[in-house]
Amino acid sequence: MGALNPTKPKARLANSTLLFIIAGIIFLLMYGIALLTFPVSFKQFQTFFDFFNLNAALFIVTLGMCIVMIGGGIDISVGAVCGLVTMACALLLESGAGNIWGAFFLALGIGLAFGLMHGYLIAYLEIQPFIITLAGMFLAQGLLTTLHREPLNVTRPAFVALRSYRIEIPWLGTVNRLGVFIPCEIRPGVIVVVVLVVLYAIMMKWTRFGRNLYAVGGNRQSARMLGINVKKTIFFSYVLCGLTAGISGFVFLLTTGAGNIGNGSLYEMKAIAANVMGGILLNGGVGNLLGAPIGTLTLLTINELIRAAGVQSNLQAIVSGLLLYLFIVLQSIVMALRGRRQFKLALPPWLKGQRPPGEQAAGNQG
Amino acid sequence: MPRFKARFDRLSHLFFPLSVLVILLIINLLKGADYFKITMVNGVLYGNIPNILYGASELVILSIGMTLVTAAARGQDISIGESGAISSAIFVQYVLNAGEVTIWTILVGFLISCVAGLVIGAFNGTLVSFFNVQPMVATLILFLGGRSIAFIIDGKVSPILANPISNKIGTVIPGVPIQTPIILTAVFIALVAVVLKTTNLRLYVEAVGINPNAARLNGINPKKVIFLTFLLMGVCSAVAGFIAVNKVGRHDSVNLLKFIMMDAILAVALGGNSLSGGKFSITGSIIGAYTIEVLNRTLLRLEVNPEAIKAFKAVFIIILMIVASPVVRVYARKCLGKVKTFVAGNAIGKPGGLNQAVISSMDSSAKKEE
Repeated sequence: MGALNPTKPKARLANSTLLFIIAGIIFLLMYGIALLTFPVSFKQFQTFFDFFNLNAALFIVTLGMCIVMIGGGIDISVGAVCGLVTMACALLLESGAGNIWGAFFLALGIGLAFGLMHGYLIAYLEIQPFIITLAGMFLAQGLLTTLHREPLNVTRPAFVALRSYRIEIPWLGTVNRLGVFIPCEIRPGVIVVVVLVVLYAIMMKWTRFGRNLYAVGGNRQSARMLGINVKKTIFFSYVLCGLTAGISGFVFLLTTGAGNIGNGSLYEMKAIAANVMGGILLNGGVGNLLGAPIGTLTLLTINELIRAAGVQSNLQAIVSGLLLYLFIVLQSIVMALRGRRQFKLALPPWLKGQRPPGEQAAGNQG
Repeated sequence: MPRFKARFDRLSHLFFPLSVLVILLIINLLKGADYFKITMVNGVLYGNIPNILYGASELVILSIGMTLVTAAARGQDISIGESGAISSAIFVQYVLNAGEVTIWTILVGFLISCVAGLVIGAFNGTLVSFFNVQPMVATLILFLGGRSIAFIIDGKVSPILANPISNKIGTVIPGVPIQTPIILTAVFIALVAVVLKTTNLRLYVEAVGINPNAARLNGINPKKVIFLTFLLMGVCSAVAGFIAVNKVGRHDSVNLLKFIMMDAILAVALGGNSLSGGKFSITGSIIGAYTIEVLNRTLLRLEVNPEAIKAFKAVFIIILMIVASPVVRVYARKCLGKVKTFVAGNAIGKPGGLNQAVISSMDSSAKKEE
């Protein structure tokens, strides 16, 4: 970056990077506290892996939400779509009409359908994203209850085999009281999470779509002046989010093995909270995609910590709310202290390096 | 004529919510002609219309507050149901611990719950205005933790509010033919109307919502205005919680006003308001809130499968938003302009027709420029 910007050798940290670093420090801090207070359980690697094993769907939902939030929008239908996919796939597998691949493509199809609807209505008809995705949420919930009301357990042998498949890591693990070595286990859903994180991180950093999305989220007007197809970019961000929600539904089914009305409920709020903790702002244009998994990990660590401390169940929600409050205030204070020195457009560093004249004008306006 | 046109233009933003309401009412009439029938039972009016007014009372009050918050803060408060649950929990505890319940106990309890609403509003408002947090994220905190606070105040599962006065507030006062929540809502709307007419609130809120920096340069402190709207939102949610808890007769901290923020935001959007701040219309939001209640009851009346009600509601909302979307509106206006010029072109031969044609073609060209 220094080579591209010879006039200013000491480049300032971008807002995205700063927030990402804060998120990382907060996560390390929380995990450190957890290690100090409950060394027995948190020292085991399995505890760390179980965050991924049991909450793989939440990680995936958060990724999709992150993309939409960087583009300056919001999608509150993800939780309901995730729930709908679990039920639809469970029905398909139980009825015997389709195999696992069929269920996977059904999940992708449902996610894609919702994504296309949201994307078209929001990008091309310019309707407010909150209302459209709220309608999408109602639609998914309504379809879910119409499909099947009772919990539906999937008993298909092929699916059960996939579900109970575990990848063992032989060099990591714990020795139990009897002296038997238990290796750490990873469920198939975690692979999906890792693949998606890598894929999306590459996409947001090095592809044209990712860079366009940052520009559109940062300032729609200046992005249009730069010649970016704003509508297309927003459209694809929602399609991607819907698709991700579909995948998360399939992974959810892999984790729990049953379709249920309550599946994925409140995931949208959890995903927003996780993204905020990961340094991705709702205004758009700011945030590192890797902040999404970090934020989710922080959220899960806090929940696990509160549960391990044996706090009364009602106080749990209040304590996690208070911690969220602290993080939000901390973030805002850091940003305010930073903003006091000098105004700067919130764009990632690789866009700042090659600042074209059109953006300069837009920056002065803002 | 021009004066009439100006007045019509000023009210044109109400055209959309009102037409939706009318369409819903017509659907109801087609289902059964006795839709508007009002019967007198024990000196009280009953029927579909009073039921709608009764059922929507909390939603109307909350959507008024939501309109103000949306206009000034350019974001939505998603903790309104939770703050209503907390303030009404305090009200219930005060009344239950007061011993003998008189009208003054209820009044003092109501004022205390309003203060609790103010405190909650101040909490959210501080985060949004002084810490520059986006409203949805700031109110997410209370959304996640609020119900637990209400439960801890309650101390047990759903304390019962059984006394004659709150029963009267929840249903009817003997001798008055209208249910009390309807009267309370009407009083609240009248109060808001008086406040908006006599103070500069509307001007300040709109100025801040359109451009906070410009408002600051003109001597309006945007932080104070945003903080004030959150305080008003707190009072609105306290009043809504008061009405809701008196209606039900017990305080259920889990289900009281649950997910009402979705309906309130929807009401604001249906009323023709932009969810990204700026100019607002309280009348539109009120009509939007009643429309949502009518929609819910229409789906029940049409005997839609209760499992599928949400899906039907979603389809209805999507169709509405497509019709009201800026792109479709511009397209419709273009088509309308073409039709106008065509009609005017045919009318040139008639006396006075030329004048008309010139005016209408000017009209349409002006509209195209928009």
